[in-house]
Amino acid sequence: MTATKPLLDVENLRVSFPTPTGPVEVVKGLNLSLGRERLGIVGESGSGKSMTGRAILRLIRKPGKMTADRLAFDGVELQGLSERKMRDLRGARISMIMQDPKFSLNPVMTIGYQIAEALKAHENLSRRDVQARVIEMLQAVRINDPEQVAQMYPHQVSGGMGQRIMIAMMLIPRPDLLIADEPTSALDVSVQGQVLDLIDELVREKGMGLILISHDLNLVARYCDRIMVMHAGQVVETCAAKDLHKAQHPYTRGLLAAVPQMKETREVLPVLDRSQWGGT
Amino acid sequence: MGNPAILLKDLDISYGSTKVVRDVNLSVAEGESFALVGESGSGKSTVLKAIAGLAPDWTGQISVLGQPRGHGPDSGFAKTCQMVFQDPYGSLHPRKVVDAVLREPLKVHGLGNRDARIAEVLNAVGLDQRFRFRFPHQLSGGQRQRVAIARALMLEPKVMLLDEPTSALDVSVQAEILNLLKRLRAEQGLTYLMVTHNLPVVSFMCDRMAVMNKGEIVEIADAKQLHSGDFSHDYTRELYAASGAEAV
Repeated sequence: MTATKPLLDVENLRVSFPTPTGPVEVVKGLNLSLGRERLGIVGESGSGKSMTGRAILRLIRKPGKMTADRLAFDGVELQGLSERKMRDLRGARISMIMQDPKFSLNPVMTIGYQIAEALKAHENLSRRDVQARVIEMLQAVRINDPEQVAQMYPHQVSGGMGQRIMIAMMLIPRPDLLIADEPTSALDVSVQGQVLDLIDELVREKGMGLILISHDLNLVARYCDRIMVMHAGQVVETCAAKDLHKAQHPYTRGLLAAVPQMKETREVLPVLDRSQWGGT
Repeated sequence: MGNPAILLKDLDISYGSTKVVRDVNLSVAEGESFALVGESGSGKSTVLKAIAGLAPDWTGQISVLGQPRGHGPDSGFAKTCQMVFQDPYGSLHPRKVVDAVLREPLKVHGLGNRDARIAEVLNAVGLDQRFRFRFPHQLSGGQRQRVAIARALMLEPKVMLLDEPTSALDVSVQAEILNLLKRLRAEQGLTYLMVTHNLPVVSFMCDRMAVMNKGEIVEIADAKQLHSGDFSHDYTRELYAASGAEAV
């Protein structure tokens, strides 16, 4: 923990959705304090990890409801802010990388225009400066020939390139906190590494905070400092990434054991006993 | 052993004027579990599609259990060889209950004793009978993939083509499905041809693997070689390193 005040401070975060049989809580009282560090949130689908990420940006759609005793970013309480103030904050200070580039990029806008839009929404720059920043950003995400790529449409690029463009778009307003929600699960292993290395490098360089949401324990362990394991809306365990293999909680141990190894010799993979957890 | 379960000879596959797979030669023995690995766009799924008859524009030779395969749909072939697709969310009809999904292959092939067969196959894939009259949206991803596997097993095939059967699933659910596939293979003496980009999964499930890059097979290796990482082709070594061989 750093001595300075935390970048993000969340206390008792709750998200619920109404159903015919009464409201269902998908995040049940989550506490989180994040400095300029890399935090990984891991869990199965339905554990509430994505909802946590969205709640931080106040992106829970109606009829979903979110409440928290405290949700402060850089000392400012987010819950009282108007929608307009929130819009200024989203993208500029906190930004989010979504899972699938195919669905998150606008298919009828050129890549250059989309990236420029993210910048123009938050800063007042001349057209030439905007153009220069876009090209510089595309270079930063290692796209060769950025001038040409800026004029292409999303369907003309591959998945890995699409995800790098998403990253460029999210990082161009120079945010302080980046939330990456399964940034690589739509990608191949070989491209996965490249994209994560890139996020990692940019985050370190600019001293940003990172929240990496994923279901892949080993991947999170490789790229984060701290890991939070979620199950059924609650944090079951928090530990330093390097101590992941020493994790105590049976749920974490179960998740770890279920991953097939490169040097696999087990005949059967151990499976989580769901009855113990009330099922998801 | 006799005939190999799957034999591909000088196989070229095109989509329109683009040739996507070139010169594939492969032989999978009966009862073997064989993996095709490579990154997206390497043509590994296309090979499966050609065998299943979904990519009819190919030249060369495909034979399954000694029977050469024609280019068109072939109902006799469907009885010996079935495919399971990647995305359980997309491969089940949203407005048909599980029972109807499983009944369809029996109807098409005019097989009787349908209720008993459906009950039996649900047991085999570890789904409770109460799931029988549910719609796909009432099932979780793992349960849907079990239904898709059950549908493929309906006709009691000998060869199963698996196209990334677990990549849309969580690790914990992936473990369940992998265990299921392994058990079914042992129980029913199935032959698997599986496409994946996850090398640890190959290490768990398969006996041998073929590495594909840009539409060609660059190396055929034993799954045991994943333990040591000693591969002859550069591309395979790259892929092995990218899969986090050094980690854990």
